[in-house]
Amino acid sequence: MTALLEAPAVSPPVKKRRRRRDWRAIGAFAVLTGPVVLGLGLFKYVAIGWSFLLSFNDARGTITIGHWIGFDNYAFLLGDDAFLTSLSTIAIFTVFIVPITFVASLGLAVLINSIKRGKAFFRTVFLVPAAVSYVVAALVWKMALFNGLPSGVANVLGGLFGADPVPWLSETSPPVYWVAVVTLRLWLQVGLYMILFLAGLQAISPSLYEAGELDGTSKWQAFRYITLPQLRNTSVAVLLLILIAAFQAFDEFYNLFGTGLSGTATAPVKPPLVYLYDSALGDQNYGVGSAGAFLLTVLIVVITLLQGRFVGFGKKD
Amino acid sequence: MAVLAAPRVRKVPKYVLASVLSLIFLLPFYIMVRNALMTRQQVSSPDWSWLPDPLSWVNFGDLFADASVPMAHALWNSFLVAIVTAPLGTLFGSMAGYALARIHVPGRRFVFTYVLVTLMIPQSVTFVPTFVVVGSLGGVNTEWGIIAPNLFSAFTVILFRNFYLRFPAEIEEAGRLDGLGYLGVYRRLVLPNSGSMIASLGALMFIESWNAFLWPLVIGQDPSSWTAQIALSTFLTAQSVNLPALFAGALVTIAPLVAMFLVAQRFIVSGIAASGLKE
Repeated sequence: MTALLEAPAVSPPVKKRRRRRDWRAIGAFAVLTGPVVLGLGLFKYVAIGWSFLLSFNDARGTITIGHWIGFDNYAFLLGDDAFLTSLSTIAIFTVFIVPITFVASLGLAVLINSIKRGKAFFRTVFLVPAAVSYVVAALVWKMALFNGLPSGVANVLGGLFGADPVPWLSETSPPVYWVAVVTLRLWLQVGLYMILFLAGLQAISPSLYEAGELDGTSKWQAFRYITLPQLRNTSVAVLLLILIAAFQAFDEFYNLFGTGLSGTATAPVKPPLVYLYDSALGDQNYGVGSAGAFLLTVLIVVITLLQGRFVGFGKKD
Repeated sequence: MAVLAAPRVRKVPKYVLASVLSLIFLLPFYIMVRNALMTRQQVSSPDWSWLPDPLSWVNFGDLFADASVPMAHALWNSFLVAIVTAPLGTLFGSMAGYALARIHVPGRRFVFTYVLVTLMIPQSVTFVPTFVVVGSLGGVNTEWGIIAPNLFSAFTVILFRNFYLRFPAEIEEAGRLDGLGYLGVYRRLVLPNSGSMIASLGALMFIESWNAFLWPLVIGQDPSSWTAQIALSTFLTAQSVNLPALFAGALVTIAPLVAMFLVAQRFIVSGIAASGLKE
């Protein structure tokens, strides 16, 4: 008897509670997740669904669906030299910016980590540019550092070594404008990734280095065989973040080269988002704009997955 | 002494390197201040000069006097956007993150996946779809049109969920015993104990919305809804640009954020570390 009475008193109520709907919990859950669920629903799911349908429509000057044209918008994009050029532009940019940012942020992190005094000061100096917007940085780069005048900072510095003034942003052969584009983003972003590497470095156990020292490893060997492998997860995360950020470049190109609605580019540097902005907001062609958004989304997702595969493959500890 | 001195000597190149790099990183800030205080003649002179001579403070006045660029109103818009987006966005993220971590109801996994999937879509590519929706709701050229889509961040939700998964359960149990319901526990106990996380993500969100360019450019086409970034960009591409005033504008625009960076650095650094490393 006692066993029969006791058993339900101990475990089944928990089960019973699970099976019976706990309306108070459901209500609280709904209230707490409601704003995000509705917001993401409207601004992501509805928006993307709508835009996906628009991409199969002739939607010039309208955002209403009703002029079905199948894959014409996609075919137009893939046949448009300007779109294809924008893809190669972003590919070149990525090839420059990803390794440079990665090495620079790792280097800065190692440097700061090895310094005893003034760590906080140096960290702040390298991080503060992250507070500056791309617009302001583009302004400084375009109007002061790389303005192409003899009094422009890059030309003044070059002059110290006897170099002639260079019209940095309009010179296309050789395409020296890449120096301006890459250094701008490097200045803005390198501190952020440095912080991630610093966090990673601080998580490495000092005993590993002590053991290495006993074995007589050099500084370089310690870096190569202890630091780098220990930073693998951080490195993968940082690479992904740099890559995704590179593919979404818009602000600095728009402001450095004065493209956009009315401006004419002095150099052939219209990355895909500027192209998209021009076709959606400039030409008011929301069908082509939507199709472009989907092509780019697919491209970014594929590259992200591939990169995760290549960098992470077979290296999971 | 010699034994002590040797390692210190070897450390010197590191400090030299760090100092040189620091100067390079500070150079653009110096240029901004220098150009903002020069006269128009001096800034466009073919000869380089390190210091403005004389100091020309009128540029800050010119900046706000230029009728074609409503700089004062644009700064106000930026402030409004950031001061609404950061606290509300962080609150929504915290609410949903808490529910997903701690309230066990049927369908919880579905909601989690629903939030997670939106992370897969590259954020800036969605400006066309979002424009289509906000535009049809009448949000073009309005401040709410700039703010609304950025209040809901899957990323913030996920970070808060990870944070609350490690939250001490004793606090909540104590609240339950005192007769608080789920919402009461969240509002009275969980939220007040999430200060550091709220500060770091709130600071990041404030910086992000203050510096945002693409979305405010898309939705705020009329000067009345320009943010400071859009006003500066317009200024930058204008025909006859008043260079020193433009640099004064740059200084005014970055000043609040640099100040915030220096004051709230601890939270900003931990926010960056959290947002970069959690999967």
